[in-house]
Amino acid sequence: MGPTLTPQATDPLPGLVGFTVVLRNAGLAITTDRVVAFLSALDALDVTDRTHTYWAGRLTLCSDPDDLPRYDQAFAGWFEPGQGGRTQVRDERPPPPPRLAALTPEEAEGGEEGSDSPQIHARASGTEILRHRDLGELTPAEREHLRRLMALLRPQLPTRASRRLRPSTHGSTDPGRTLRAALRNHGELRELRRRDRSRRARRVVLLLDVSGSMEPYADALLRFAHVVVRRGPASVEAFTLGTRLTRVTRELRMRDPERALAAAAKAIPDWSGGTRLGEVLRAFVDRWGQRGAARRAVVVVFSDGWERGETDVLREQMSRLRRLAHRVIWVNPHVGKDGYAPVQGGIVAALPFLDELLAGHSLATLERLLEVVRDA
Amino acid sequence: MTERPSNAAGSPAELAAALRSTGYLADDGLATAAFLAMQMNRPLFCEGEPGTGKTALAQALAQVLDAELIRLQCHDGIDASQALYDWDFPRQLLHLRALEAAASATGETLDADAVEASLYDPRFLLARPILRALQTSPSVLLIDEIDRADDEFEAFLLEVLTEHAVSIPEVGEIRAKEPPLVVLTSNRTREVHDALKRRCLYLWLDHPDLQREIQILHSRLPGVPERLAAQVAGAVRKLRQLDLLKPPGVAETIDWARALQLVGARHLDVDAAAATLGAVLKYREDADRIRVQLDTLLAS
Repeated sequence: MGPTLTPQATDPLPGLVGFTVVLRNAGLAITTDRVVAFLSALDALDVTDRTHTYWAGRLTLCSDPDDLPRYDQAFAGWFEPGQGGRTQVRDERPPPPPRLAALTPEEAEGGEEGSDSPQIHARASGTEILRHRDLGELTPAEREHLRRLMALLRPQLPTRASRRLRPSTHGSTDPGRTLRAALRNHGELRELRRRDRSRRARRVVLLLDVSGSMEPYADALLRFAHVVVRRGPASVEAFTLGTRLTRVTRELRMRDPERALAAAAKAIPDWSGGTRLGEVLRAFVDRWGQRGAARRAVVVVFSDGWERGETDVLREQMSRLRRLAHRVIWVNPHVGKDGYAPVQGGIVAALPFLDELLAGHSLATLERLLEVVRDA
Repeated sequence: MTERPSNAAGSPAELAAALRSTGYLADDGLATAAFLAMQMNRPLFCEGEPGTGKTALAQALAQVLDAELIRLQCHDGIDASQALYDWDFPRQLLHLRALEAAASATGETLDADAVEASLYDPRFLLARPILRALQTSPSVLLIDEIDRADDEFEAFLLEVLTEHAVSIPEVGEIRAKEPPLVVLTSNRTREVHDALKRRCLYLWLDHPDLQREIQILHSRLPGVPERLAAQVAGAVRKLRQLDLLKPPGVAETIDWARALQLVGARHLDVDAAAATLGAVLKYREDADRIRVQLDTLLAS
């Protein structure tokens, strides 16, 4: 048993609820039912015992290993007066980078003169041209237009055979339905009902390089990832690769693209910094890939393959990824450009382990990518 | 709050002592979690690296409570008929034929409704783990590797875990006399929905510290020499810091010590370690890497 807590007040309740408020400010998902669970846990334990209070809160208020350090810090700040009293624990990640604002609409495209048919024609072919423009070289107005085109994408996600059986016209006999049909005829077996394997969504993993060299594309790719994640929130995972690995799936699940992108930008701590592709890929395979996210999944890596570290690590990690995944697709914005040859160290190391190397510099090439993913 | 039977411990410390008597060494957090799960009638959601003793906890709790352990192993595509109940169709069909044969022998006509009712008799009901846990008391229901099942199954569990009851259309509602103690485990291959976690107590299990791991070795392998246990636990601890593809869990520590005992090693040296490395490292790449640096690993 740990040392006893110093009494906060005669009634411990305000202090305990105050603690949950601190946790909420620190970014933990504290709902009312969690607070109730916390209080009833303390009811079953000894509220004056430090260890008991600590564990009652940790077991009822945390829900993820990432919550634990923040909980520990908040607990120490709130319950241990020696440490400077009730300090606030804040979300200490830097504010979202302003460059995302450049992508949001500036309402700059209302300035079209006239509205008769030649104009419409011009717009239509403008769209067609825009589909093939390099995403890294767009004007703000074109970006706004592209944003709308992105929202119109309807990706179809790949499927795989499921183990679950569904009523079907062919396949093996379904005893349950056959029997129920027979009962309607006083037990006369007239026809065999059948069942067959259904199809289920295959997992898709998007790995987006957000290092400095990919900066012109990062916004558009994140937007693209948002469209794909929204299409299959349960089967698509998205991560950003920079100096660190960041999972942005949860942020991209938000319906509104602007809010989703702002949240994702806030979550990414290493926006347009350096990259050590191999190291970060290792973090992905260790922490997520091997455990299940990449198993039999379609993995899409968006990167220009600029690798500052040793390419040995990248080669090793790509070979691991290859063994885990169903298909590995690499999207490199430079592939579509004239005179491109896969000579950068990173790409050379990764090439033997790829199923496809695609360009991803324009909307048209991203549409092509969606086809490849669908058929994977 | 419903009362648990009298054999449940009155405080986390008492529960820890009871668990220790079964050979499971629980720290403060784990004992508090298990204690609260019983007191508050809440499922215990155990998450952590493979091999940190999540499944073993459920087994130990069943022993402490003198309850039956009922295990549901989750997998891709698991559905209610594999987790809850199913009808025994072949036997129903046989029963139907038997009724018909009897009727034609005596010349009676069968009443369709009565025949149907007799087919959905509880004796044709196949209880799968969750239904069995509701019908058995006391029981510990272990829902193993929930992260392997899919979202629909999680949603289905929500209902069963909060209501402690299932309704079968042909039979009616089956409610647990005494709710089972539910332990869910996850290896974190996928994020489990927050709605499910919110209804549970969340316990994150880390690898034990050196002293506890040595104690675990002594408790699981009573014959293991003091020095060997300390060496194995120390070496495994170093292995976990080496960024391996698969860092060894507690289960591997126990396996390794047992393997060393079986080959007759009294202490851990390079030869013995090389001969038994397969018990602790499960990837060829890891084994190749460690084999060449065994002497530095075992130094000190």
